[in-house]
Amino acid sequence: MDIPYTSQPRPDTGIYNAKVGIWLFLASEVMLFGALFSTYILLRVGARPEDWPTGLLNVPIGTFNTAVLIASSVTVVMAWASLKMKQFNRFKLFQAITVLCALTFLGIKSFEYRDKFTHYEVWKTDGTRITGHLEGKPMFMTLEKVKAAGKESILFTPDLHHYSEGKKAMHERDHGDHKAVEIPVAQIKRLSAFVPAHSTYFAIYFTLTGLHALHVLGGAVVMAYLFGPGAKMWFTDPDRLTNRVEVSGLFWHFVDLVWIFLFPILYLL
Amino acid sequence: MQATTHTMPHAGVHEAHHEEQGFWRKYIFSTDHKVIGIQYGLTALVFLLFGFFLMMMMRWQIAHPGQPIPLVGWLLERVLGDVAAKGVMSPDLYNSFGAMHGTIMVFLAIVPLAFGAFGNYVVPLQIGAPDMAFPRVNMASYQAYVLGGIIMFVSFFIPGGAAQAGWTSYSPLATSIPTDGQTFWLVGMIFLITSSLLGAVNFIATIIQLRAPGMTWMRLPFFVWAQFVTGFLLLLAFPPLEAAGIMQLMDKVAGTSFFLPTGLAVGGELANISGGGSPLLWQHLFWFLGHPEVYVLILPAMGIVCEVIANNTRKPIWGYKSLVYSALCIGFLSFIVWAHHMYLTGMGTKVATFFQTTTMIISIPSVIILTCFFISLWGGSIRFNTPMLFCLAFLPMFGIGGLTGLPLGFAASDLHLHDTYYVIAHFHYVVAPGTIFALFAGIYYWFPKMTGRMMNEFWGRVHFWGSLIFMNVVFQPMFAQGMSGMIRRMADGGANYATATLQKQGVEVIGGLSDKMMNLHTMILWGAVFLALVQIPFIINVFWSIKHGKKVTSDNPWNATTLEWQTPTPPPHGNFAHAPTVHRGPYEYSVPGHSSDFIPQNETDKGSRQH
Amino acid sequence: MSDHTDDISKHVRGYMIVGGTLLIGTILTVLASYVDLGHEWNIVLALIIATAKASLVALFFMHLISERQMIYVVLAFTAFFLVGLMFLTIGAYADFPPLTTTR
Repeated sequence: MDIPYTSQPRPDTGIYNAKVGIWLFLASEVMLFGALFSTYILLRVGARPEDWPTGLLNVPIGTFNTAVLIASSVTVVMAWASLKMKQFNRFKLFQAITVLCALTFLGIKSFEYRDKFTHYEVWKTDGTRITGHLEGKPMFMTLEKVKAAGKESILFTPDLHHYSEGKKAMHERDHGDHKAVEIPVAQIKRLSAFVPAHSTYFAIYFTLTGLHALHVLGGAVVMAYLFGPGAKMWFTDPDRLTNRVEVSGLFWHFVDLVWIFLFPILYLL
Repeated sequence: MQATTHTMPHAGVHEAHHEEQGFWRKYIFSTDHKVIGIQYGLTALVFLLFGFFLMMMMRWQIAHPGQPIPLVGWLLERVLGDVAAKGVMSPDLYNSFGAMHGTIMVFLAIVPLAFGAFGNYVVPLQIGAPDMAFPRVNMASYQAYVLGGIIMFVSFFIPGGAAQAGWTSYSPLATSIPTDGQTFWLVGMIFLITSSLLGAVNFIATIIQLRAPGMTWMRLPFFVWAQFVTGFLLLLAFPPLEAAGIMQLMDKVAGTSFFLPTGLAVGGELANISGGGSPLLWQHLFWFLGHPEVYVLILPAMGIVCEVIANNTRKPIWGYKSLVYSALCIGFLSFIVWAHHMYLTGMGTKVATFFQTTTMIISIPSVIILTCFFISLWGGSIRFNTPMLFCLAFLPMFGIGGLTGLPLGFAASDLHLHDTYYVIAHFHYVVAPGTIFALFAGIYYWFPKMTGRMMNEFWGRVHFWGSLIFMNVVFQPMFAQGMSGMIRRMADGGANYATATLQKQGVEVIGGLSDKMMNLHTMILWGAVFLALVQIPFIINVFWSIKHGKKVTSDNPWNATTLEWQTPTPPPHGNFAHAPTVHRGPYEYSVPGHSSDFIPQNETDKGSRQH
Repeated sequence: MSDHTDDISKHVRGYMIVGGTLLIGTILTVLASYVDLGHEWNIVLALIIATAKASLVALFFMHLISERQMIYVVLAFTAFFLVGLMFLTIGAYADFPPLTTTR
């Protein structure tokens, strides 16, 4: 006995196996991201507004990345529709674009990450805080590392505004060249790049986007497989290949859907 | 004569599978649900034994604090080093063992045994399916489980030892302990959760999609229903813990403060963290899984009990529909009761009232299920074989476990009982003489199907009576200890504060623990030792019976109705010689006017055989 | 969902329209965030737009507008439990007894 309903739907439920499987999986994904969104809400409500960074992420880049994901969502559904219309070459084209979109998204995301890892905040002993860049643009610098290197002071290029001044201030374009200032190590209470340990905001930012990026990566691998070696199934079991493309597409739409929520809550609010 | 009384391999079964699979493909990287089920079962039984040994060593330390552990003390020192210097269990080691006993028993032993092993082996057979819906996902599920188990096991041997913050791993304690045990625990848990998710997706999809023709929802054996609900619990309750695990891992390795509050001091110094997190959030996310998990442990056990009781009373189970709807109710309600584990966190009265209400409501379907089983016994001519004995013992034992949970569900009484040995006694009654007894019953009951041989009945009875007596010797005293105020998780069993009394104006406001209560530790220790001894016949019985047990003379040695008994023994790859068609409900025993006292589900109405 | 080729090509036009709407929605979200409506209303507006966009994806790209009952049931339960998780947890925080500081 072979396993039934791998390509044809079961008459009474009207669905084939993999579709049931993927929807169940997506249900669990809803709970996974739902728990993280709940965490976001609780941490944000619990944080003092001046401790919750806003306006530090690059909105144009984030918007572009959103558009990339939306475009890939269109192409992935087009790839499936092409198979339904028996246009194998069109499927290949759309599938390739989807994979490229996924890789573009990941490339841009890693660029954004790097940007944060070299952007710093300094808490001074007098209670003031400034954000800016360290000389030489090092990544992951901390006060302990500065002290361990035996430095007396750091050369710091401050930003025009600190995020605690509010969203409006952060929306002003940061024109003009800034002068680097020297800050004695003795005056520094804490120094942190915008890494997860910086604050609960960056903790949840990196956790959510990191987990999302892993999903994008996973989706890209599956889609690349269906574009490459997996596509051969077209000549043996076209219905099953169409199902596989549909199922991977459902996953991909979900990843897009998560990003639709992530973008405003992390970049804009 | 029954038409099924032939053990010869059915012609046509082997024709479908020309290529002989090699050893690795057949036994290690198998995609056959039956092999995976047995793999799950054996691995889980090994972990069950391992978790039991951890507990035995802890019981020695509790009864005789600071004295070298007999027999294995030297080995502990050899393997683990200073934490077991001179064979004495240090408090750190006690904490490790305590945390890992809970983790191993819940996530590596009982769930894999109840869900992974029995679910995998029996569900596709009972619904008349050739295999699970996604055989390769099934294999991946088992492999993720093994990986998670290995990570957990290895964590004992890393510097600093395994996780020490209890199986609940509350932050900030879990994050603040400077050793790497917790990191291993979290990574291991992520693998185990992944394994459960893959398994759950597979089970639910299989039950929805692969039911044989005629196997309508209300003709499913109750065991399948139980696994179906369990699948949903795992599917939807585990992800929040996975999220929490990822966040605690971030706290541990990336220095974030998800669960660490502002101003946290560790070791008398302000911790070097951003702060702003919430320790309570971990508890919420943990118990959002934690409570459904209780029903993950108990529902499959109820399913097994139902099958065995129907088969051995030779009459239909009483209230099949009530059972099904109760199981669904339990599944639904178990998602909204979790915070009854958290009354002592300073929860407000409104929220506490909500959770007390739902907690009381969820006890109703459990009682309905138990009542249905009890009524099913009424008027039956009961066959007292080993599986039936275990199931009969399950009923009162689970009853004790369930009813003693009610005082914990009320905030007022929970204030007194929270975190005492009473809690330990309560949930062990549910899981140990409850679930584990049902699992034993399942092993004795399905063993002939898996191997074609019966297990030894005499040694089965020795195993049963010994287990029943000593389980109670171990757990019954804990109720008394807990009610007298003995706190759990104390490395010396409370010796340190046994004599501590506090008097205010001549009134004893904190009373020490009486000698009577402390001496019960010794009794529990010996109860545990004898409990271990009576497991020896079981272990030997399992392995001995594979080769030397009494051969079954029919594919259906228990004269059962459900489909797994209508296959060849043991079922070949692909399970059924011919696709079965189902014509009736699962428990048609002693139907008036029928020639035999049971009618298999695939028998047509005319009484003639399908195959 | 039908397998007829004509139907699919009709769907294709729909996918393009949905995709375009989503892009417009994205621009709207960004623009809305620059308009100062007061912090709360900015959040509400952003979430409304996000929910609308997500619904479009779910309904049309994921075909939830014409799916089988089984899937609706699974998703309905999931949604219910998610709401339970979110609101009961947040509720437990909101319903904290007032802290009294006694020295």
